[in-house]
Amino acid sequence: MDILTKNPLARTASWALIALGGSGALATIALHRGETVNALWVVVAALAVYLIAYRFYSQFIAKHVLSLDAKRATPAMRHNDGLDYVPTNKFVLFGHHFAAIAGAGPLVGPVLAAQMGYLPGMLWILAGVVFAGAVQDFIVLFISTRRDGRSLGDLIKSELGPIPGVIALFGTFMIMVIILAVLALIVVKALADSPWGTFTVAATIPLALFMGVYTRYIRPGRIGEVSVIGVVFLILSIVMGGQVAQSAEWAPLFTFDGKQLTWMLIGYGFIASVLPVWLLLAPRDYLSTFLKIGAIVALAIGIVLVAPDLKMPSTTRFIDGSGPVWAGGLFPFLFITIACGAVSGFHALISSGTTPKLIENESHARFIGYGAMLMESFVAIMALVAASIIEPGVYFAMNSPLAVLGPTAESAAQVISQWGFVVTPDMLLRTAKDVGEHTIIARAGGAPTLAVGMAQIFSPMLGGKAMMGFWYHFAILFEALFILTAVDAGTRAGRFMLQDLLGTFVPALKRTDSWISNGLATGLCVAAWGYFLYQGVVDPLGGINTLWPLFGISNQMLASVALILGTVVLFKMKRERFAWVTLLPTAWLLACTMTAGWQKVFHENPKIGFLAHAHKYQAALDKGELLAPAKALGQMQRIVFNDYLDAGLCVFFMFVVLSVLVFGIRACLVARRSHKPTVQEAGGPLLTA
Amino acid sequence: MLKEIASLGQYLGQTARLMVGVPNYGTYVAHQRREHPDQPVMSYEAFFRERQEARYGGKGRVGRCC
Repeated sequence: MDILTKNPLARTASWALIALGGSGALATIALHRGETVNALWVVVAALAVYLIAYRFYSQFIAKHVLSLDAKRATPAMRHNDGLDYVPTNKFVLFGHHFAAIAGAGPLVGPVLAAQMGYLPGMLWILAGVVFAGAVQDFIVLFISTRRDGRSLGDLIKSELGPIPGVIALFGTFMIMVIILAVLALIVVKALADSPWGTFTVAATIPLALFMGVYTRYIRPGRIGEVSVIGVVFLILSIVMGGQVAQSAEWAPLFTFDGKQLTWMLIGYGFIASVLPVWLLLAPRDYLSTFLKIGAIVALAIGIVLVAPDLKMPSTTRFIDGSGPVWAGGLFPFLFITIACGAVSGFHALISSGTTPKLIENESHARFIGYGAMLMESFVAIMALVAASIIEPGVYFAMNSPLAVLGPTAESAAQVISQWGFVVTPDMLLRTAKDVGEHTIIARAGGAPTLAVGMAQIFSPMLGGKAMMGFWYHFAILFEALFILTAVDAGTRAGRFMLQDLLGTFVPALKRTDSWISNGLATGLCVAAWGYFLYQGVVDPLGGINTLWPLFGISNQMLASVALILGTVVLFKMKRERFAWVTLLPTAWLLACTMTAGWQKVFHENPKIGFLAHAHKYQAALDKGELLAPAKALGQMQRIVFNDYLDAGLCVFFMFVVLSVLVFGIRACLVARRSHKPTVQEAGGPLLTA
Repeated sequence: MLKEIASLGQYLGQTARLMVGVPNYGTYVAHQRREHPDQPVMSYEAFFRERQEARYGGKGRVGRCC
């Protein structure tokens, strides 16, 4: 290593080698037309891109654009209290930050995007993370670190003005609602008519309660111990779930349809978010965090050891926008379908959350902000690989809506064969049987597809075919577990946001010690995401079709807001000559989100445009006709109403981003007129002695 | 070599605990003794509870991504 760092020639040579390796891998992927490509080429290409981007682009940003100052006091040093503000080792903090940004998003988006083939998704993940996602995370972390670790909403308020601050706060709340609904929908899709999955996930509730009592009273604070116990019981519950699914007596007790599961989740969300945190939320967070990290590491090892072939073509015919999983053309919809993994606005909330309060030295912001996002991007690449090693026919059977495929394996196989993918009813039934399910048809949402992919990667390493069912349900459990944690924590966070927002009108609602105001705010929050969840579950096109684009648009919109903030700060620092670093991704995200938002509202194809869909149902309603899946006029009316609601939400998101843009431009112009930097930062040079 | 492995293990443990919102207790105690010798130092149990409440107790904080 010493030779590499000290000898400039060796250094240059090694970077040339990495560049050559990366371009070689990309060339292999690009030139293999019509033959299968090994997944390792994708991994090698991705790693080479990450290394080069980190070494050169992030250094350029650190040195020239932001001028990170290693001598400057960070919030952790200025406010050190051993609790919230603690100077933390760079690598330890990297782990913390990565665990906070990596969730279900990078696993689901790429799986859905695979309907266009693996190549478009892969290129967007790589280009997006290097020029947009990692830049956003890095710059927001930098901005917050120089401002006492303040939150994104606060930063927008102080840098752009109070009005955009409030607008952004409302926007963030609506994003939370959509995220919770779409995450809960993924769980519903994975557990519907699956006694094995439902039993395993249900078993985590008593397990978490036990762990809660254990860490509170039996052996207080022993996180490691209780997590090991928890994981052992989790594995037991997966094994037991297999027995339950086969038992004629027990299986019906854990078999529910989508609507029943929806009501259970809504009830669960309400109860879980008013229970004391130590009882259910904290212990399940331990399990889900450690399982998540473990599963990601195992997936990486698995892909390298098993080196599977990608069976999905590099591009499919669905790049024209006629795909069954989600509707709409490659531009703009690919770029909002894959949010997390390429660029995710939600990270701006994390980068302005706990991480800036723990950073030991400002110069670490590059490794933690830019580096951790590259790592998340790699998780997205692995999810894309897992979805692409499945037979494409099986992939489309799992991810297309029931309304398209028809009710049986025969009808599904026939429809998919017409699309040009080889699949037989027997293949679909066998895959379902291999993973211990009755059916795998129309399980959109990413989790089940990823689970089949992971089962195919893990089972050759451990247990062979007999263990397919175990690994499938392990993957389902691991996703469901951290989604439930997110639902619980998100409902709590949403409740506080709502109490804050409503408290400005009715001060009594601000009282967080009052049972009535807490219950009311929690109820409102659960009702909000529960409504969208229910709408998604009864949606004829599978719900993901409607909710995922809304989620993508809102998430990318938040990213544009964060990047606009970054641009304003660069202008205030008098570094506008480097503003292209944030302006470039901002412009691209604005183009994508505004086009996608516009098309979702006004596109004439009812599969894409909400209004066109509403008009189609309204026209039928006027004639007194029923359109599937509605079975009564009331349901028709509800579909029309929901279309208008979704369209309204889309318009609202567009309004948020446009108004922040206007305020951002204004702030930039003001900063430009000044002759000296107008930036106000905390913590001047301290380590001068 | 053994020493390095032990310190690696320590760092991994610290990372895992910080992932779920519990910073290093030893660092806290050292800080408290150094900066606030007049104030009481929380026991590990009290420290753990305080951190749990701070991570999940709300105040509109969003702890994790989608």
